[in-house]
Amino acid sequence: MSDTNSPKGAQFSTGSTFFSRLKMALRQHQSESKKGLIDIFKAPVSSFMTISVLAIALALPAGFHIFLKNAQLVSAGWDNASQISVFLQKELSNTEVQSLKSELEAYVEIAEVAYISKDQGLKEFKELSGFGDALSYLTDNPLPETFIITPTLAASTPVASGLLLDKLQSLPQVEVAQLDLQWVRKLYSMMAIAERAVSALGALLGVAVLLIVGNTIRLAIQNRREEIQIIKLVGATDAFIRRPFLYSGLWYGVFAGLMAWIMVNGSIYWLKEPVRQLAGLYDSQFQLSGLSFLEVLQLIAAASGLGLLGSWLSVGRHIRAIEPG
Amino acid sequence: MIQFNQVSKRYPNGHEALRNVNFTLENGEMSFLTGHSGAGKSTLLKLICVMEKPTSGQVIIDQKNVGRISRRQIPFIRRNIGMIFQDHRLLFDRTVFDNVALPLIIAGFPHKEIGRRVRAALDKVGLLSKEKLLPIMLSGGEQQRVGIARAVVNKPPLLLADEPTGNLDPELSAEIMNLFEQFNQVGVSVLIASHDLGLIARLPYRVVTLKEGQMIHDGLQQIQGESYE
Repeated sequence: MSDTNSPKGAQFSTGSTFFSRLKMALRQHQSESKKGLIDIFKAPVSSFMTISVLAIALALPAGFHIFLKNAQLVSAGWDNASQISVFLQKELSNTEVQSLKSELEAYVEIAEVAYISKDQGLKEFKELSGFGDALSYLTDNPLPETFIITPTLAASTPVASGLLLDKLQSLPQVEVAQLDLQWVRKLYSMMAIAERAVSALGALLGVAVLLIVGNTIRLAIQNRREEIQIIKLVGATDAFIRRPFLYSGLWYGVFAGLMAWIMVNGSIYWLKEPVRQLAGLYDSQFQLSGLSFLEVLQLIAAASGLGLLGSWLSVGRHIRAIEPG
Repeated sequence: MIQFNQVSKRYPNGHEALRNVNFTLENGEMSFLTGHSGAGKSTLLKLICVMEKPTSGQVIIDQKNVGRISRRQIPFIRRNIGMIFQDHRLLFDRTVFDNVALPLIIAGFPHKEIGRRVRAALDKVGLLSKEKLLPIMLSGGEQQRVGIARAVVNKPPLLLADEPTGNLDPELSAEIMNLFEQFNQVGVSVLIASHDLGLIARLPYRVVTLKEGQMIHDGLQQIQGESYE
């Protein structure tokens, strides 16, 4: 062994300082992210196919999410339709009707009270029902005086509007109060189920993305088995060998996210005109909306996260297993 | 630099490659390791660069017992050892320059420094004009010299060579040995495994001989007249 008092020959290096290592790490990350990118472009056809599969797996949940978002936008308009029809007792006088109207207008839950007199009601019914002349044979107007009550936004939820309905029903002047919201509730619970289904689908397809990236990276590692052995022999750490593969996974995710964005917004663009026409038939100004800027960022972030995680899960095990021999 | 204390190595298949080997290579020393193929030369080198661990005994490299170090420390031991292989172990999809630069890239040298050191190493082995070529375009001797340039480019204190002249004609072999002598003269410890006894006999260095895993000779020269292979 070496004599410490009079060292002869070259010595083993003692290592490095913190800052030299930090600088070195930055430099390596820069060159390795580039290397990961180059590796993807080295086999453009197979990389393109992998990225396409990933993009489809991402575009499906993103597309369903957009579908739901638009359905919610459409049905948001129907929230205001949660009006309550209040039919009054027949024997009420005109003053009693007017005083009840001002009483109701004072309720905090109520945004607006519209009064439809029985004559007005009969006239509307004649116009809309198509019975027209047949109704002229009636000697008496069978319709009650009616209030159409619009609850405030806070009182429009299924529960709150139910409470308001009970309250109105219990008034002595009221014959029947009707809330025709049952179908809106059903729609809401269907959408809640659909939302969960989309989340479950998203989770499953997320796992698919992990597996696809993991397997792609595993194959890439096996293809470069000999190179990895040589690099280990000249002193590369596992982390050094891992990094280009991790960056490859990250880049796969980024590209797949971008492609999924194009797929989703392309489909939206393609559907926009027919949807506008359909909405026009319903006298609606509704327009399909695509992924917002924030949602695009979220999509790409999720995609790159999944890509990185997928390659990380694969890389550690497979690189460790390759030892020079 | 290197110290073997009663080292034995038995492979999982039962083959006993080294038996009770004691051996020391001093700092700055140059030595040959000889023996039949299968005598344990490669195993001895693999123990030094931690590709294998001893079954019993101690292998001490630069005052570290490599039988005890963790996986994470292995790369840092290897960065201080320049290794030269009979089959060169070059990366055939990269240029000569990139092959030689590999140890420096791994150690994170700055770009300019890499260029400077790689050209110095290539100049030393006489291949400066071929830095842009792929290894496949070079002759066997040239490939071996690329391997040597890669081994010395980060100026390791220890060089290990496994049959570095295995496939080369005598003239090229002598050139390569001359390179090793030059590195040794600037303080690098050198251990060369070789069965080219004719070549070794002409050089005034210590020779360690293995036979069936045991050390049968250690000293200056001579096994003259005897010939392996």
